[in-house]
Amino acid sequence: MPITYTSGEQVEVYRFSVPFTVLVPVTALFLQAWLPRQFPFFAMFDLPLLVTIFFAIARRNPVSGLLTGAAIGLFQDALTGLQIGIYGIAKTVVGYGASSLGVKLDVENAGARLLVTLVFYVVHQIVYFVVARGMVALSVQWSWPHELGAALANAVVGVFIFLALDRFKQRT
Amino acid sequence: MESVLGRYKNLIVLVAVLFAQVLGLAVQVKRTTDTESSRLIRVWAVSAITPFEKVLVWVQTGTGNLWHNYFYLRGVRAENRELKQQLEQLRLEHVRLNEDAAQARRLQVLLGFKEQFISETVPAQVIGSGGSEQSRIVYIDKGEHNGIKPDMAVITGTGVVGKVLKVFRSTSQVLLIDDQSSGVGGILEKSRLQGIVRGTPAGEVVLEKIMNDEAVQAGDIVRTSGGDRIFPKGLPVGVVTRVSNGTGSDLFLNIRVRPAANLAKLEEVLVVTKVEEREPTSAEAGPVRAADILSQRLPSVPEKAAVDPPPSTNDGAKATQATPAPKTPDKNPVPSVSQPNALKTGEGAGAPVVRTQAGAPRKPGLVGDSTAATEPPPVALKTANEHKPAPAPTKVAEQTSAAPKPKPASPPADPKPQNGPQ
Repeated sequence: MPITYTSGEQVEVYRFSVPFTVLVPVTALFLQAWLPRQFPFFAMFDLPLLVTIFFAIARRNPVSGLLTGAAIGLFQDALTGLQIGIYGIAKTVVGYGASSLGVKLDVENAGARLLVTLVFYVVHQIVYFVVARGMVALSVQWSWPHELGAALANAVVGVFIFLALDRFKQRT
Repeated sequence: MESVLGRYKNLIVLVAVLFAQVLGLAVQVKRTTDTESSRLIRVWAVSAITPFEKVLVWVQTGTGNLWHNYFYLRGVRAENRELKQQLEQLRLEHVRLNEDAAQARRLQVLLGFKEQFISETVPAQVIGSGGSEQSRIVYIDKGEHNGIKPDMAVITGTGVVGKVLKVFRSTSQVLLIDDQSSGVGGILEKSRLQGIVRGTPAGEVVLEKIMNDEAVQAGDIVRTSGGDRIFPKGLPVGVVTRVSNGTGSDLFLNIRVRPAANLAKLEEVLVVTKVEEREPTSAEAGPVRAADILSQRLPSVPEKAAVDPPPSTNDGAKATQATPAPKTPDKNPVPSVSQPNALKTGEGAGAPVVRTQAGAPRKPGLVGDSTAATEPPPVALKTANEHKPAPAPTKVAEQTSAAPKPKPASPPADPKPQNGPQ
C-alpha cells in the first residue's frame, strides 16, 4: 500500500513506495555504520538525519515526519553502544520541525535545502547534546567550529542526496 | 474538545512520542544492565545491518586477496630478500630473548609468581562501526555461536583494542579503548606506575590517576596491568605522547597516550576467549643442557654441604628450633639424579608445585614449602640437597596437610625424595 500524506493545498505533497520507504533508511543506517570504518572522517556525516529531513520535507506531514524520525533515530541508537533514545529524541524533533517547515515553505530548490539541512543539523546536535548530557550524563563536548563545519558538510552532501532521492518521488 | 484535539493533533503526537522515548531512556539509565526490550531493538537493528556488512567485507577481502596474491606481485623478490635478512636478525634476537625469558621464569618460580597465559583466542573480522562520534564501537563477525561472551578482551598483534560489550548470535559489539566509557588497567613499562587508561569524548586515549609528582615522559610505553581482570597483564596499550600537569586542584597528571593498535583502521582482531593463570614451572624455562646433567651425575662433584658454613641466620635458627635434627638432609626437595629435570616437591593440598631444573644444579632454585614466596631470599634460595637444617618444616606440615611428614633421621646419602619425583 503506498504511503500518502496530505497537507496544505499550495504545496506539493509526495508519496513513496513501501520498498523505498524501508530501503532508504536501512541503506542510510548501513552506510553510516560501514563507511566510517573505511573512511574515519565520514563519522562527521549523519546520513540517517539527511534521510529524515528528506522524508519530512517531501511528505509535509508533521506526524509522519516525527514518526519517521523516531524510527530512524531509535534504530541508529540500537547500533551504538549507548542508551536507546538519544538519537531517537533528536530525530523526532527534527522530523517534526522539518515537516512543519515544509508545510509553510517551499523547500524544493537547492539553496533552501542547503539552509534547512544546515539549520536542522545544528538543531539535531543541540537536542542530542542536551539529552546526552542532561539525561544520560555522557560527557559530550560541544565545539561551535566543529558543529558548524559538520553542519555545512552535511548540508552540501544533503543537497546531492536529495537530488538523487527526488527521482523516486511520486506525486499524489 | 474534539476540535482542540484535532487542532493540536500534531503537537500531541509529538509530545507523546517524546515522552515515551524519555521514559524509555530514564528506565535504561536507572538500570545499568541492558533490558530485554532494548536488546530486542538492538537485535533487529544489528540483524538488519550486519549481513550486508559481512557480504561487503567478504567481497572486499576476496578482491583484495585476489589482487595482492595473484596480480600485484611487483617487488616481491626484493621484499623477500629484505625479509630474509630481517629474519636472520630476529633469530639472533630470539636467542637472546629466550635466555632472558628463561631467567625470568626461574625467578618467577622462586618467588611463586603466577603468570597469565592467553590460551585460547578466536580470530574475527571487523565488519562495521557504531556510526557515531560519541560511541566508539565496532562490530565483529563472531558471536555467541563462536563462544564469544561479554567482557572478553579484544586485541591485535600490536596491542589492545577493547572489550566485547554485547554479543549477538553471529556478531558482537566491541567497545574500543578510546570510547569515553571504557577503562583499562594500565602500567607504565619503565616506572611501573599504575593508572587507568580511558577514552575521552574527543576519541583520545589518556592515562589517569598518576600523581603530579611522578616522572612520566613522552615515549614511555603503557601496558596492561591485569588489574581490570579483563586484559591479561603485559599487553601493549600504547605510547605516551604528551604529559602535562593537572590544572588547579587536580592532583593527577594529564597523560595522553597513542594506542598501539590502529583503532581507526581495524581489520582483523583476536578475541581472548580463555586466559589461564598458573604458576610457571622451571621445566618451561628452556632446554636442559647435557653438560649440566652430566655435571650433576658425576660422582666427583663435591657435596656442597661440606664447604658451606653452618647456618647462622635467624631463619636457620628458627628452623633449628622447629626441627629436632637440624643436620639432616631436607626431607622434601632433593634433586634426583635419576630424574634431574623434573622434580616436584611439597605437593599436596595448597602446596605449590615446584619443579627444579637440573640444568642449574648449583644455582638456587628449589623451594619446598608454600611459604617460599614470603620467605626472605637467604632461605628461599637454598638448594634442597644442601645438608642444612630444613627451614621451618613444622610450619610447612601445618600448611600442606598432604605433604609427607619429616623424617629427621633419614640418611644423608639418599638423594631421592620420600614421595618420589612426579
